[in-house]
Amino acid sequence: MDASLTNYLLIGAVMFVSGVVCMATKRNGIAVLMGVELVLNGANVNFVAFSRHTSLGLDGQVVSLFVIVLAAAEAAVALAIALNFYNNYQTIDIDKGDKLQG
Amino acid sequence: MSDQTLFWIFGILAGGGAIGVVILQDIVRMAFSLIISLGSTAGLFFLLDADFVAATQLLVYVGGTLVLLIFGVMLTASGPFRRIQMSTGETFIGAAVGLLFFSVIAFTVIDVEWEQLDGSHRPVAAAATDETGGTTRAIGLRLIGIPADTEIGVHRNSGEKTGYLLPFEIVSVHLLVVLVGAAYLARAKRHETSEATGGDA
Repeated sequence: MDASLTNYLLIGAVMFVSGVVCMATKRNGIAVLMGVELVLNGANVNFVAFSRHTSLGLDGQVVSLFVIVLAAAEAAVALAIALNFYNNYQTIDIDKGDKLQG
Repeated sequence: MSDQTLFWIFGILAGGGAIGVVILQDIVRMAFSLIISLGSTAGLFFLLDADFVAATQLLVYVGGTLVLLIFGVMLTASGPFRRIQMSTGETFIGAAVGLLFFSVIAFTVIDVEWEQLDGSHRPVAAAATDETGGTTRAIGLRLIGIPADTEIGVHRNSGEKTGYLLPFEIVSVHLLVVLVGAAYLARAKRHETSEATGGDA
């Protein structure tokens, strides 16, 4: 086992699966946002690893830069929404936000 | 310290931090675990010769996005909301689904022969690092629409000429819209509360 492409992909898989489970199971809204960040970062690890270990060039690194910027934008808007939710419901538990439930 | 050791240190920290975000219940500890995971990811990027992406990861992600998230934790983690427990049944189901999902991805990754993707010539990223002292120049040229590989003597087989100018501009406009939108969302709630208190009075 060395620093091969497979190991980088496995690390990315760990981060991705952790993020998905975090998004699905946590009831704290901020924790769900952290899961989203983990998923995006796992994808970033894959992009950069493919960019280094294959002949595909620097395109993976450019795409990962775009992912980082979009993740920052997403975090800003989602946090504003979460703070509004907290102000309206006095809780951050997303199970309480069921007003639109049929 | 060799690259091998550094890879294992950063890899274990990145994976362990990600698992810690899932396992820990206290929101503040989750945030700290996320910092460890994302910072170690930046170390992995440095090991992958992606110096500019790693620096951006440290500056934007760890320095910006996570500080934003921790502000969110600070503003919402009051009293009982600091730790919201799951039931044990949910925990078991979540762990089982996560392990199954991970084993699907892991077996796929291990089974595929990734070596076929390795061309006979050296990877472009490594060549760019050797000849220009970093990937910053190549990435920057690509972002303003110039494919830079011809200049640094690496053969590029695809015929694309546009680079990433259009996505770069779209992301710029997107950031502006997000700035305005986040400011509006954060402002709107103050109006509502002031109206509510005014109505009560």
